[in-house]
Amino acid sequence: MQAISAKIIERAKELMREGTVTKVAGWKAGEFFYDAEPNIFETAESLDGLVYNRFCAANLSKYMIKNSAFESAGKVLVILKPCDTYSFNQLLTEHRIDREKVYIIGAGCEGMCDIDRVRALGFKGITGIDEKGDGKTLVVHTLYGDGEVNIDDVLVNKCEFCKGKAHKIFDELISDNEDEGPRGDRFEGVRALEAMSPEERFAFWQGELSKCIRCNACRNACPACSCRKCVFDNAASGVASKANTDSFEEKMFHIIRAFHVAGRCTDCGECTRVCPQGIPLHLFNRKYIKDIDEFYGTYTAGEEAGQRGPLITFTQEDREPNSVSDKGGN
Amino acid sequence: MHKIGVFVCWCGSNIAATVDIDRVVAEAKVQPGVVFAKDYQYMCSEAGQNIIKDAIKEYGLTGIVVCSCSPRMHEATFRKAASQAGLNPFMVEIANIREHCSWIHKDKEEGTEKACVLMRAAVAKVTLNTPLKAGESKVVKRALVIGGGIAGIQTALDIADAGFPVDIVEKNATIGGRMAQLDKTFPTLDCSSCILTPKMVEAKSNENIRLITYAEVEEVSGFVGSFKAKIRKKARYVKEDVCTGCGVCMSKCPSKKGLNEFNMGLNNRPAIYIPFAQAIPNVAVIDSTQCIKLNTGKCGLCEKVCTAKAIDYTQQDEFIEEEYGAIVMATGFRPIDASKFDEYSYSTCKDVVTSLELERIMNAAGPTGGVLLRPSDGKHPHSIVFIQCVGSRDVSGRGKPYCSKICCMYTAKHAMLIRDKYPDVEVHVFYIDVRTPGKNFDEFYRRAAEQYDVDYIKGQVGKVWEEDGHLVVRGVDLIANEQIILNTDMVVLATAIEPDPTARKVANMLTASIDTNDFITEAHPKLRPVESPTAGIFLSGVCQGPKDIPETVSQAGAAASKVIGLLCKDKLTTNPCVAHSDELLCNGCSCCEKVCPYGAISYDTHLINDHGVKETRRVALVNEALCQGCGACTVVCPSGAMDLKGFSNKQIMAEVEAICL
Amino acid sequence: MSVNDTVDTAVNAAAKEWKPKIVAFCCNWCSYAGADLAGSSRLSYPADVKIIRVPCSCRVNPMFILKAFERGADGVILCGCHPGDCHYSTGNYYTRRRMTLLFSMLDYIGVERERTRVEWVSAAEGARFSKVMNDFVAKIHELGENVKVGDLRCKQ
Repeated sequence: MQAISAKIIERAKELMREGTVTKVAGWKAGEFFYDAEPNIFETAESLDGLVYNRFCAANLSKYMIKNSAFESAGKVLVILKPCDTYSFNQLLTEHRIDREKVYIIGAGCEGMCDIDRVRALGFKGITGIDEKGDGKTLVVHTLYGDGEVNIDDVLVNKCEFCKGKAHKIFDELISDNEDEGPRGDRFEGVRALEAMSPEERFAFWQGELSKCIRCNACRNACPACSCRKCVFDNAASGVASKANTDSFEEKMFHIIRAFHVAGRCTDCGECTRVCPQGIPLHLFNRKYIKDIDEFYGTYTAGEEAGQRGPLITFTQEDREPNSVSDKGGN
Repeated sequence: MHKIGVFVCWCGSNIAATVDIDRVVAEAKVQPGVVFAKDYQYMCSEAGQNIIKDAIKEYGLTGIVVCSCSPRMHEATFRKAASQAGLNPFMVEIANIREHCSWIHKDKEEGTEKACVLMRAAVAKVTLNTPLKAGESKVVKRALVIGGGIAGIQTALDIADAGFPVDIVEKNATIGGRMAQLDKTFPTLDCSSCILTPKMVEAKSNENIRLITYAEVEEVSGFVGSFKAKIRKKARYVKEDVCTGCGVCMSKCPSKKGLNEFNMGLNNRPAIYIPFAQAIPNVAVIDSTQCIKLNTGKCGLCEKVCTAKAIDYTQQDEFIEEEYGAIVMATGFRPIDASKFDEYSYSTCKDVVTSLELERIMNAAGPTGGVLLRPSDGKHPHSIVFIQCVGSRDVSGRGKPYCSKICCMYTAKHAMLIRDKYPDVEVHVFYIDVRTPGKNFDEFYRRAAEQYDVDYIKGQVGKVWEEDGHLVVRGVDLIANEQIILNTDMVVLATAIEPDPTARKVANMLTASIDTNDFITEAHPKLRPVESPTAGIFLSGVCQGPKDIPETVSQAGAAASKVIGLLCKDKLTTNPCVAHSDELLCNGCSCCEKVCPYGAISYDTHLINDHGVKETRRVALVNEALCQGCGACTVVCPSGAMDLKGFSNKQIMAEVEAICL
Repeated sequence: MSVNDTVDTAVNAAAKEWKPKIVAFCCNWCSYAGADLAGSSRLSYPADVKIIRVPCSCRVNPMFILKAFERGADGVILCGCHPGDCHYSTGNYYTRRRMTLLFSMLDYIGVERERTRVEWVSAAEGARFSKVMNDFVAKIHELGENVKVGDLRCKQ
C-alpha cells in the first residue's frame, strides 16, 4: 500500500496543477501514526502530507456532500477505497453528491489495521507499523524491538468481512491488487444472535447498549446518516429531548437509527469502527441487510447509482409482518 | 396560549348510559389548555351546535374537542359549526366515545375511563393543530359510467339530461346488461325488453352520451374532479361505424358452434354475431377464439358477403384516454355457478336449469322461441320444481351469506307465468322463507300461491337425481314435518347473485372500498348510499348490493344526481390535510417522491437561509392539489422534513403519549 | 382459608387489576370504519384498546410505535386495508415492508415480538375488527406487563 500511496500523491498533485481539481479529500497523519484522519488538501504542496496506509479506514464519501454542494466551486478529488465507493453511489442515488464536481481515484486496498488488535496480541510501546512488502505481513516497531503480524489477524471489523476489492465507481484506478470477492461470512454474527433465545439476545443487547454514551460518533461517521438535521437534534420532531437522559431519544436511538438507514446502509462498517465504547453496531445494520436479502431478494445498497431501495418499493406478494416469528434457538 | 373547549355529547342514552358524562366533563376541565367544558344531550342538534358556537365566541376558544360519535359521522358538522363561529374548522378534533367506547363497553366504569382517555388524546392533539386552509381544484365536466346495464344506462341518461357529457364503458359488445336477458319483470309482468330497449336507444341517440362498448377500463389515476382513465377498446374485427347490422354475415358464417352467451349457453351462435336483435350498437362482433379466418387465415366468408365492407381482420385493440370529473361504478352482477351445489345435479342433468336459463327458455327470442320445453329432449314438462336460496343465505361456505333479494319474487313470477300459460304443469316451490317486502310484492306472491295454485313447500331440498327419464327431488316439508319425494320433469334453481367478477378489479383501480362479498362499500350505509368513501366515485345498481330493477333505477338516478351536483361546481375544495416539506430539513434525497402514488412531489433548487448560512439546495416540493394526504412520504423521510398537516408526527405522538399516560 | 389461598387470591386480584395499555393505529378508510361498524353492531372488545386515527397505515412511523412502548404501552397494533385495497393504492404495501423489518428487529433485540401486530381489516369487517382486538388483548394478557420493550436501550 505504501507503493500506491506515492502514486496517489503524485497523481493528485498532477490533477491539481493541471486544474482538473481544486482540492483533494484524503487522509493526513494524526497525532499518532495510527490515527490517520480525513483532510481536505487545498494546495499541491500540502499534498505531501497526504497519507495512504493501513490506518486510512475512514470513509471519505460523506465529505463529498459538502464539497460538491451548489456553492462549492471547482472539482474535488476524492480517494475512495473499494468499500467507500458503495457509500458514494448510495449518496449519488439520493442526490446528495454532484457527480460532476467530484473526481474519484479508486485506491486499491489490502485491508485496514485495527491498532487495538495489534495491542491485544501483546505488543507494547508500539512506535510504528510498516509493510513488510509481501502484502500480508506487517512489521510492528516497538520501543522494545520489532515484531511481525499477519494482517489477517489484526483487521478492522469491516475489513474482516470485506465486500471485495472492486471499485463500484471511479474516474481512475490506482491499485495493484486483484478482486478476490467477498471475504468471510458477514452475517455470521447476526446468525449467532438469531440462534440465541430471546432472553439471551435481550441480555446481549442490554450489555452492549448499556455502554453507549450517546457521543453520536456512529451517526457522524455514517454516510447514510447524512441528514441536514437529525430528528434527534430537532426539538420540533417530537422525539428529541436533550435535557432528560431518561428519554425516548436515549432509549430508542440505535433502533431508530438502524431503521432510518435500512435499505440505504452499504455496510461500510464505520459505525462500529468509530464507536469509542466498542459496541458492535454493525450487527443492527447487517440484521436489516440480511432480512432484506431474505425477504425481498438480495440487495446491495450502493452497488450502482440510481437503484430503488427495498423500502421504497414493494411487490404484491411480500410477506406479512406477523410472519416474522421468533427465530430463537430454544 | 391555548384555549381549548371540550364538548361532551350524551347522544341521548347512547353514550350517557355507559359513560359517566359528568366525570368526562370534570376530567376535561383539568386538562392542560382546556378553559371550558360542557355536556349536552345531542351536541349535533342545532341547540348543541349553538352551545359550541357561543363558547367559541365567549371564551375566544382556539381549539375544540367534541366527545361524541365517530368523526366519520359528524366531524364535518362540527367543523362547519366552528367555522361559523369564526374558528378555523381544522381546529376541531373528535373523540369517538360512541362507536369506539359506549357502544362496545357494558361496564360504566370501564367506559368512562376509556372516554376520558380518548378525550385526553384529542385534547393533546388539538393543542398541536394549526389552522389549515383548503385549496381548490378543477372539475372536469365529464362523467364516466362503468357498466352499460340498466343501472349504467339510467345514470348516464340522467347525467346527460342535465347537460353533462358521459361515457359509458361496457365490456360486452352491446349495452343492456342482465335486464336485456329477462323475459318479464315482476310485479307488473311487463316485458323486460319493451321497457329497456327504448332506454338503450335513447342512450345511443343522446348527444351527450358516448357509448364505448366491447371495452374495459384499464387504468385510472387522479382524484375527484380530475380523474384520468385509459380505456381499452377491444378489437371487434368489424368497423363499428360502417356495419349496418344486416346480419348476413351471421347466416353465412361456417363456424356456428359458439355458445350463445345471451341465451346462457342454451344454444349456439356463429363466430361473427350480433348478441341479440335489439343490441346497441347494432353491430356485429367476431369471436376471435372461434373465427376460422383469424385462427387459420382461411375462410374470410363474412368479408365476402358484407356489402358494407365493414369486416377488418387486422383490427387491433385501441386505447382511449379521457379525463373525468366523476366516475360511476355500475358493474352489475351474475348468477353464481350452480355446479358448486352437487346435490342438485346441475352439472349432470340438463333439465336442472338456473332461473336465468329459464328466463331465456320462456323468452320469445330465446332458444325455444318462448315455448316451455325441457332442454334434454325438447318435450313439454308436466311438473316443475323450483328450489329457492341456492347459494343465498348459505352458511356452508359454498355460497353467499347474504340474501340475493330478487329470487323470491322472480320465482313467484316464473311460477305464475308457467301456471298461466300451461295450466297442466304442476309447480312446486321449495323455500326457506318467502321474502316479499316491496310495493305490490306480497300481493303478487299471494296471487301465485292462491290464485295460481303454486305449491309452496317450506323446506329445503336434499338431493335431485335423474331416474328413468325424469327427475326425482327429495326434500323436507317442515310444516308437515315429513320427507317428500317428488317426481318431476324440470328443476329450476334460484341461484344467488354475486357482483360481476370485474368489480374487484375496477374497485381496486378506483381505490373504492369493497366488502368481503365483493360488493362496493358505500360512504355511509344509510346516509350516503350511492357514494363510495373515495370522493368522486359513485355506485349504481347491484355492484353496491342485491337489488331489483325499480331499486336499481332509483339508485341509478340518485347516483346521477350526486354526479350532477359535483359536475355543477366549477371548483372543488381540496383536503388541506396534505404533506408539507420543511425545506430547512430536507435532504433532497427523493425517497418521498418515489413512494408518492400521485406524483405530487417534485424537486427544485432553492436558496435556503439555514440559520444565517445561505446555501442552494435541492428540496422537495409538494403539489397540494395533487397530494391526497396518505402520509407514505412522511415515513421514508429520515430527517422528518416531510410531515402531514392535520396528522403531524408531533400530533400523533401527542396522542400516543396521552393514551399511554 | 389458608395462607396460600389468601396469597393466591391476592395474586389473582393483582392480575385482574392489571389493565394492559394497547394502542391501535387504524386507517381512516378501512379499519377505523371497521371499528365504527363493530361499535354500531355492539361487538365488544376490551376497553384497553385505544384507537388513533391515521389517514393510511403507511402514515405510521416506527417511531410512533417505539414511542408507545417507551411510554408504557403493552401492545401496539396497526390496522390497514387489505393488500390491494389501499385507499391510496399502494400505502399498505409500504407499511407491510416497514413493519416486517421493524418487527423482525424487535425480535432480534429479544423483546416479545407478539406485542406488535399488523392486521388488515376492511370497513365492512366490524366482526373481524372485534375478533382481532379480542385476540390481541388476550395475547397481551398472556404476555403480561411490558417490561422489556419499554427500554429498548436496555440500560442495566
